[in-house]
Amino acid sequence: MNIVEFTGLIFLGSLVAGFLGSLTGLGGGVVLVPMLTLLFGVDIRYAIGASLVSVIATSSGAAAAYVKEGYSNIRVGMFLEIATTLGALGGAFVAARVSTSAVATIFGIVLLFSAYQAYHPPPEHAEDDQPGPVAAWLRMNSTYPTPDGPRSYSVRAVPLGFGLMYVAGLLSGLLGIGSGAVKVLAMDRVMRLPFKVSTTTSNFMIGVTAAASAGVYLNRGYIDPVLAMPVMLGVLAGSLIGTRVLVAAPVRVLRLVFTGVIALLGVEMMFKGLSGRL
Amino acid sequence: MAQTERGWTDYRVEQIVGNLLRGGVILAAVWVLASGILYTSRHGGAHPDYRVFRGEPTDLRHVSGIVRDSLRGRARGLIQFGLLLLIATPVARVAFSVFGFAEEHDWVYVAITLIVLVLLIYSLSGVSL
Repeated sequence: MNIVEFTGLIFLGSLVAGFLGSLTGLGGGVVLVPMLTLLFGVDIRYAIGASLVSVIATSSGAAAAYVKEGYSNIRVGMFLEIATTLGALGGAFVAARVSTSAVATIFGIVLLFSAYQAYHPPPEHAEDDQPGPVAAWLRMNSTYPTPDGPRSYSVRAVPLGFGLMYVAGLLSGLLGIGSGAVKVLAMDRVMRLPFKVSTTTSNFMIGVTAAASAGVYLNRGYIDPVLAMPVMLGVLAGSLIGTRVLVAAPVRVLRLVFTGVIALLGVEMMFKGLSGRL
Repeated sequence: MAQTERGWTDYRVEQIVGNLLRGGVILAAVWVLASGILYTSRHGGAHPDYRVFRGEPTDLRHVSGIVRDSLRGRARGLIQFGLLLLIATPVARVAFSVFGFAEEHDWVYVAITLIVLVLLIYSLSGVSL
């Protein structure tokens, strides 16, 4: 396989990953590293470097639209970014010191968790929660647009959310993913932000988190331009198409299929990791 | 839209942040695509090997080396420069937010945002971790 064929195939694979990721709301980044390593035989370090770069592209692109619509809570995002960037630096630090088999095994576990969470979407929570003192001091309580006009919400359990965000950043830096699943878990279930605010604010934060670890990965020589190019362009193009066809597609079926794919990849990554073949 | 209760400055900051993010991503994508076409036209017949990890040459690991390679017209350096633009996009967003919060006299958030900015610059500066 020469460069033209290799680049073309990687572009197509990334296009599909980005398309399904944005269509189903599960994110494309989580399947990129398994695709590159299991399917194309790429060393997991190069794969993580390329994945990180594409995560910045898709999250920044999507965040641009959400911020303008007024869903993202910039204060919550900015405060929690302290935790995620610290975690991302920690994750990038750990990544250089553990074996690639260990990284693959952890990746498998995270994939299985993502699949589980996608299959059991969080329940709607009551709206009458008392705001936490930290949230009030940090002026995090805000409003978000609904068809009936702006609706206000309050934020609680900021310290616990902060801790979970550190874990999200750690995983992001270690595995080169956006960790959207853990971020939404922290904001939706712990801090009790409205679901739409959680997902869009998570998206807003992913770019900054990924940029923090991308710097370390770049300096360490994990980011290969020729590999990252088709991955980044493919995922970006795929996710743009995904947001356009959102209404027409059978999202429920696709979500189920994509969740199954993530779970299978998780098992495969864990198996390869534990048997030391990755 | 929710802008009535949230004040004009917040709204304006959100619009600028949105444009900044979109502009950065579009610029980086177009740059990477153009340099990628240049690279494949020059080296399209070569055989890639990513099975064994060797790590990038020193030139492609640091901002100064990437800029030097790009100025010499080396295609790999040019692609890497585009990726650097992409990594810089969220950093620029955070830097702008410092000014946004300062304009609102929200000094707590100026401090929070500065912490994030310092962490990002620290990671890009190449200090070995």
